[in-house]
Amino acid sequence: MTFVYLVIIGLQIGSIYALVALGYSMVYGIVKLVNFAHGDIIMVGAYCVWYLMSRLAVPAWLAVPAAIALCSVLGVLIEKIAYKPLRNSDRLALLVTAIGISLFLQNAVQLIFSADPRMFSNIFEGTISIGDRQFSNATAVTIATSTLIMIGLTLLVKRTKIGKAMRTVSEDGEAAQLMGINVNNTISFTFALGSGLAAVGAVFYCCSYSQIQPTMGNMLGLKAFVAAVLGGIGSIPGAMIGGVLIGVTESFTRGFISSQLTDAVVFGILIVVLLIRPSGIFGRNIGEKV
Amino acid sequence: MPGLLKRTPVRYALNAAAALGLYIVIMSLIGGKVLNRYQALMLIPIGYNIILAVSLNLTAGFLGQLPLGHAGFMSVGGYAAALFSMSVSLPPSFELPAALLIGFTVSAMFGVVIGLPALRLKGDYLAIITLGFGEIIRVIILNLKFTGGAYGLKGIGRQTTVTWVYIFVLITLYVINTLIKSRHGRAIISIREDEIAAEASGIPTTYYKVLAFSISAGFAGVAGGLYAHYLSILDPSTFGFMRSVEILVIVVLGGLGSVFGSVISAAVLTILPELLRGFAEYRMVIYSLLLVTVMIFKPSGLCGRYEFSLGDSIDGLCASIRARILKKGGGGDASGS
Repeated sequence: MTFVYLVIIGLQIGSIYALVALGYSMVYGIVKLVNFAHGDIIMVGAYCVWYLMSRLAVPAWLAVPAAIALCSVLGVLIEKIAYKPLRNSDRLALLVTAIGISLFLQNAVQLIFSADPRMFSNIFEGTISIGDRQFSNATAVTIATSTLIMIGLTLLVKRTKIGKAMRTVSEDGEAAQLMGINVNNTISFTFALGSGLAAVGAVFYCCSYSQIQPTMGNMLGLKAFVAAVLGGIGSIPGAMIGGVLIGVTESFTRGFISSQLTDAVVFGILIVVLLIRPSGIFGRNIGEKV
Repeated sequence: MPGLLKRTPVRYALNAAAALGLYIVIMSLIGGKVLNRYQALMLIPIGYNIILAVSLNLTAGFLGQLPLGHAGFMSVGGYAAALFSMSVSLPPSFELPAALLIGFTVSAMFGVVIGLPALRLKGDYLAIITLGFGEIIRVIILNLKFTGGAYGLKGIGRQTTVTWVYIFVLITLYVINTLIKSRHGRAIISIREDEIAAEASGIPTTYYKVLAFSISAGFAGVAGGLYAHYLSILDPSTFGFMRSVEILVIVVLGGLGSVFGSVISAAVLTILPELLRGFAEYRMVIYSLLLVTVMIFKPSGLCGRYEFSLGDSIDGLCASIRARILKKGGGGDASGS
C-alpha cells in the first residue's frame, strides 16, 4: 500500500513539475534560452491567487483564471522588454538578463508583500480514501487537470496552425520567417502559454504545500528545469515524462531513504542522465558541423 | 626608453611597485581613520569576490565554458581550510596560508573529478551539470557529521585580515594572468574560439579544459577559505545556486575574458548593495534593474575583453607626450591589448 501511496503522491508533485517544465522546454525550444525567471513567474501567480482570494475575497473560479491571465501577460512583457533586444547577442548575456529579471521579480514581490511566508488555504477541500490511505481532493484534481492540460497542449502543438508555427520556429527561426511565419508573434504566444501553465502549476503547488513566499520559485523552478532536461529539453512529451519521473523519484526517496537527500538524488539522476544521454530521454542529438 | 618598458623584468618591477604602493595607500587610509572600521572590513568581501570572479572568468571567459557550480567549489575549499585550521595549531602566520593551500588542493581535486565527466558536455548542458554537482556538494555537506550538518561549522579562527586578502588577491591575479599569457593560456583561449579547430591543430582539448576548470575550482577554494576565516562560521545554505549566480553576474557584468573587468566589477558589485542600503528595501530591486539595463545596452559586459596593463599605459603615455613635444601631431597608441 505504501508503494501505491508514494506513486500517487509522486504523480501529484510530478504533474506540477511537468506543468512548469513545459514552460522551460517550450521557451528553450524556441529561443534557446534557459528562462531563469520562469520559477518566479510561478511565484507571482501564487501571490496573485493568494491576494485575490484572501484579501479581496474573490471566489476561486475567478481568481485562478485571473492569475493565469496575469502570468501570461507578465511572460510576454518580460520577453518583449528584456529578452527581445538580446535575441541576436551572446547567449550568456541573455542568461544573465534572465537572472536579473528573476531577482527583480523576487525582490519586487518581497517589497510589496514582505518576506514573511503567507498561508494559502486549499481550494479543493475534502479527502478521498483509497484503501486505508487518505488523499486530499487536491491530489486527484492536480493529476486529472494536468493530464487534461497535457493532452490539450499536445493537440494544440500537433493539430493547430499556431502549433505548427511553434514547431517550425523551433526547428529553424530564419527559415520560418522566410515561409511567412510571424516569428515575434509565435515567440510571444509561447511565452504566454508557458507562463499560463506556470500559473496553473502555482495553484496546484499552493494547494499541496499551503505556504507561499517570495523565494519559493527558486527550488521549484530548478527542479522543474531538471525535469525538462531529463526528458530532453525542447521536447513537450519529454517535459511531461521528466516531470513525473522527478516527482515519483522524490516521493520514493522521501518514503524509503531520507527526506533530506531528495535534492541530492534528483540532481544525481540529472548528472547520470546527462552523462549517458546528454540530450535527455526524448531529445534529439544534433551533431556539430564544422 | 620605450624599449625599456617592454622588458619583462621591468614590467614585473613596475607591477610589484604599484601593488606595494596600493597596499601602502590602503593601509594608511585604514590607519589614518579615513576608512572607518566598517569600511575597512568591506575590503575583505571585495577581496574574496575578486578571487571568485577572476577564477570563474578563467573557465567562463577564457575557456568559453559556462559553469554554474562555482559556489560548490568555494564551499569545498572553505570547509577543507576551516577543518584543517581547526584541527592543527601552527604559528599564526603559517596557519592561514597552509589552510588556504589545503583548500586550494582539495578544491582543485574536486575540480578534476567533476571536470572530467562534466566537460564532455558543452554550453547549456555543461551549465546544468555543474549546477547539479554544486547542489549535490551542498546537500552532502548538509548531511555529513564532521561538517556540522545544517548547523554549520562554528568557531573557525578569525584569521583573515586585509593584508592576507590583499596578498592572495595578488597571487590569484598573478597566476591567472601569467597562465593566460603563456602557451597554455593560448591553448585555453583557442578552445574558446573554436574547439574543433583547436583539436585539429593538435591541442589536447580535454587536458586543457580540465586544467583550466580545476585551477578555477582551486582558486574558488582559496576564496572559500578566506571567507571561512573571515566570518568564522560556515553555513551550507549560503553556498546554494544563488551564490554561483552572483559570481557569474560579476564576471559577465565585468566582461567575459577580461580579468581587469572582473576585478572592477567585483569591487563595484560588492560595494553597490552597501551604498544602496540607504534605500533599504529598494536596493535589491535597483540592483536587479541595473543588471538587466547593463545587459540590454552593453551585452559584452562593461569592459568587454579590455585588459589593463600598467606598462602599456605608461608606454602609451610616454609616446603621446613625445609625439606632442616633437609636434608631429597624432597621439600615441594609448590602449594596451
